[in-house]
Amino acid sequence: MSQMVPMPLNYLNYDEAVAKYEPTLGLEVHVELNTKSKMFCSCSTEFGGEPNTQTCPVCLGLPGALPVVNGKAIESTILIGLALNCSIAPFSRFARKNYFYPDMPKNFQTSQYDEPICVNGYLDIEIATEEGPKQFRVEIERVHMEEDTGKSLHVGGATGRIHGAEYSLLDYNRAGIPLVEIVTKIVGGTGKYAPQVARAYVSELRDILRSLGVSDVKMEQGSMRCDVNVSLSPLDSGTLGTRSETKNVNSLRSVERAVIGEVIRQSNRLEAGERIVQETRHFLEESGQTRPGRSKEQAEDYRYFPEPDLVPVAPDSGWIEALRATLPERPSARRARLKAEWSVPDKEMTSLINAGLLDVVQETIELGAEPIRARSWWLGEISRLANERDVDPTTLITPTQVAEVISLIQNGDLTDNLARQVVEGVIAGAGRPSEVIAQRGLKVVSDDAALMLAIEAAIAAQPETAERIRGGNIPAAGALIGAVMKATGGQADAAKVRELLLKHLGQ
Amino acid sequence: MATALAAGELSSVDLTQLHFDQIEKVDGAVHAFLYLDKEGALAQARTVDAKRAKGEALGPLAGVPLALKDVLAQKGIPTTCGSKMLEGWRPPYDATVVTKLKEAGIVILGKTNMDEFAMGSSTENSAYGPTHNPWDLTRIPGGSGGGSAASLAAFEAPLAIGTDTGGSIRQPAAVTGTVGVKPTYGGVSRYGLIAFSSSLDQAGPCARTVLDAALLHEIIAGHDERDSTSINAPVPQVVKAAKKLDVKGMKIGVVKELQGDGFQSGVLSRFHEGLDALVSAGAELVEVSCPTFDYALAAYYLIAPSECSSNLARFDSMRYGIRVGDDGQRSAEEVMKLTRHAGFGAEVKRRIILGTYALSSGYYDAYYGSAQKVRTLLMRDFSAAFALADVLVSPTTPTTAFKIGEQVDDPLAMYLNDIATIPVNMAGIGGMSLPCGLAEEDGLPVGFQIMSPAMRDDLMYQVGGTLEAALLAKWGAPILDKTPVLAAR
Amino acid sequence: MAAISRDDVAHLAKLARISMNDSELDHLAEEMDLILGAVARVQEVAGRDVPPTSHPIPVKNVVREDLVRPSLTPQEALSGAPAQSEDRFKVPQILGEE
Ligand SMILES: [Mg+2]
Ligand SMILES: [Zn+2]
Repeated sequence: MSQMVPMPLNYLNYDEAVAKYEPTLGLEVHVELNTKSKMFCSCSTEFGGEPNTQTCPVCLGLPGALPVVNGKAIESTILIGLALNCSIAPFSRFARKNYFYPDMPKNFQTSQYDEPICVNGYLDIEIATEEGPKQFRVEIERVHMEEDTGKSLHVGGATGRIHGAEYSLLDYNRAGIPLVEIVTKIVGGTGKYAPQVARAYVSELRDILRSLGVSDVKMEQGSMRCDVNVSLSPLDSGTLGTRSETKNVNSLRSVERAVIGEVIRQSNRLEAGERIVQETRHFLEESGQTRPGRSKEQAEDYRYFPEPDLVPVAPDSGWIEALRATLPERPSARRARLKAEWSVPDKEMTSLINAGLLDVVQETIELGAEPIRARSWWLGEISRLANERDVDPTTLITPTQVAEVISLIQNGDLTDNLARQVVEGVIAGAGRPSEVIAQRGLKVVSDDAALMLAIEAAIAAQPETAERIRGGNIPAAGALIGAVMKATGGQADAAKVRELLLKHLGQ
Repeated sequence: MATALAAGELSSVDLTQLHFDQIEKVDGAVHAFLYLDKEGALAQARTVDAKRAKGEALGPLAGVPLALKDVLAQKGIPTTCGSKMLEGWRPPYDATVVTKLKEAGIVILGKTNMDEFAMGSSTENSAYGPTHNPWDLTRIPGGSGGGSAASLAAFEAPLAIGTDTGGSIRQPAAVTGTVGVKPTYGGVSRYGLIAFSSSLDQAGPCARTVLDAALLHEIIAGHDERDSTSINAPVPQVVKAAKKLDVKGMKIGVVKELQGDGFQSGVLSRFHEGLDALVSAGAELVEVSCPTFDYALAAYYLIAPSECSSNLARFDSMRYGIRVGDDGQRSAEEVMKLTRHAGFGAEVKRRIILGTYALSSGYYDAYYGSAQKVRTLLMRDFSAAFALADVLVSPTTPTTAFKIGEQVDDPLAMYLNDIATIPVNMAGIGGMSLPCGLAEEDGLPVGFQIMSPAMRDDLMYQVGGTLEAALLAKWGAPILDKTPVLAAR
Repeated sequence: MAAISRDDVAHLAKLARISMNDSELDHLAEEMDLILGAVARVQEVAGRDVPPTSHPIPVKNVVREDLVRPSLTPQEALSGAPAQSEDRFKVPQILGEE
């Protein structure tokens, strides 16, 4: 994409493209499991270790070394399959996918091929359309286990790029990290909503995986990676076009943009009378377009065959049912339940979900906070402070601390104004809310006698105002309340001051 | 030997040194060893002697020297697999078999020669030159474990470890007049055994007597959590079985398909003498038929190359082994190709290409897939035969040792050497070869093969021990006493 | 089965990452023909009704506990490396995907 190509006059934009062509999707998601040890050996999976400190004869592919499957990885995969409504195969096997690549120590990837552990599932998702919310069922073809590769560092030439590199340096710490690959069947019938469907699917999948606790699902860090397959066919043609496969799309937004980019690119090729090449493409974060990678026309012959060093995985129904019993509530169901329980308006619920605040709000509420206060503190003040600092709100303060502040408000020990100062203090690292309150003396003055002294002083200072109030001019009380608040350093409850003042002046 | 050690009449250091002396004397002619670890061996011998002096309890073979086939990883010791590809490689870990040998106080003298990556039946495919048969230095010692078998026959070591994928323990044992055992698949850990064909490979004991083999068998066998295909069950009591010397009432199944065309007459006559000896000892002979055996060789030469094409993919010069053609300009892919061209010998390349073909799309079902079906049929043949007999028997090889160079250019003829041993690997059962005399026409050793059902390795030891005792009584002295005395060269 | 041509062998050699010159290809094509001719007979008995056996022993569900055990040191890991730099394996430039 180095050259700017002038756009032809009849260049189709997205809306024009989907008015003529029907997009079909296929989504392949790779997820790194968060097991402690690797898929086939006992090396640590910890992220960020010094190079080649998490390797052994097995994951280095040394001659003679043999793999042994991590039982936890199998259980995590079965859980994923169950959560995606799959059938768990009574008999499944690992296979070798043979191809040479320096970051793959054995020059075959131990994966699953024709006998995967989970098959035939589905995931229902919901998207917003012009006609209101709409449900789509994305069918899952398979969920299978495999292993990750090592990481290469290309040295010389353009930094970090393969082309022009003089040599490469390999670190096998990531080699053998357990991966689960989740492959959809062909997703059709989305029409122009294909990008939203793709995004909603990946998003819902991520929520499910997170709720299962089987993966960190951090797309930015690569623990969840998505390959997006797109093909186009003329509207109502009933045919299926040639697909392209866009690799490693690493955010929800990019999933959506990659689909849009491919629909536009492919439709314009077809308009120009060119054919679509089955190929791997790379997503360009900056432009939202894709660029070609390896053409699949001379596809590698992977020569799959059953891995002779491993024995079949044949989970019996007892094992499967025991795992099924541990399945958590489905994220979509949980969202619906919480929305009702907290009586949250649609828009605010969407904000909570998008901001990733559902968990902390729920926790805050479970610690005794009123739902409305918990929501507004997290979504309001805390999010504002997080925005200022450009960090995730959940990293600033804990639900326990927020619940403590809210309970002080509920008991009348803090005003909203004071509470803001407490929260700010906690975030600034001044300690727990109680410590901030003690240090800064941020206590509501609720002692009636103390307040009465302040009220009397205010009346003495502004006798005419007091007279007007006595005469029935209630709004005039504002000036005196303000004076009292000032005198108490803002630590009085304004409502209480008002009540005492009016009573004192016979109102 | 072990008895003398235990009685304190002989120190392990002396015994080890005696063997190094013999190696010094004859290995120039035999070339059984690729590497000698004198320092490590004597250190282990000293440790065992010290323990014995302190009266510590020691295993039955503690202090006894052993020759290790170079296919097993030994930490810090050059491990080449007979290939130029791994020249200079010193593994950073021990194979489970090696760990067990060390723990048992066995003294590992060094690494023995073999066909490259265990592919061959003559040890001529070693990148480091052939091993010579101590019975006749112009002949092959069998393969792939020719070095291990020759070291026993040349009295360079009393014990050895081999590995058997299609006969690589038993065929060398047969042609060198020694005992070799391929245990049930999964009976001995494969961890650290450099894979040729994962579903067929199995390490096993090589010795001069059935009892020695049994003692070594019990040391190296047993479940290993590092090998997923390792059987998690008690090791069959092979030592007890080897000492039984009784086969009364046992049914010996003679495999009809393994004694006709292609079998040398001297081989067949010795084999029949062995049968007679068993009958005299009270066994009953039954003839069994295994019709699929005719297809075993063909299936083997699809399955083993297929698995090897994948197993040997890791030898790409990126992480270990030699690297060829890295001039700073060539790509990793080009360097891989040049290294694999230079590092692998002709037979290895032949099998890699054959296996690549058999697994490739469009041919998988016809070749690899069909071979796997033959495997099923072979297993059915065996279970039918084992319904009629406790063990099955045959000559181990169709001929005695052939001349070095005689078959190198004819892979198909070479492959035929394993016709009687391959079915055992395909079915994963146990197999043993022990000497049953010398063929009258060439005076060379003949092997008698005993096959036992999976995890009943004890049965072949029981029959083997009995047969060995009967033949010894008849001959008056071990067959190896007839090997020519080799002079230093 | 059809005879194996030199091009076929060249394709296989490419898949197997072994460089071969023309005479090697020719020689191997000839040998492959012979060997394949001999082993193709497995098809005679491999009926549809016969299940394949990939593994000689009937074991299943062999798994390990998810426990971390000590790895090799980088020095041990790299001990056999033909070239290394910065505790990493140094390899020639990798062509292909980015
Ligand atoms: Mg994959
Ligand atoms: Zn590891």
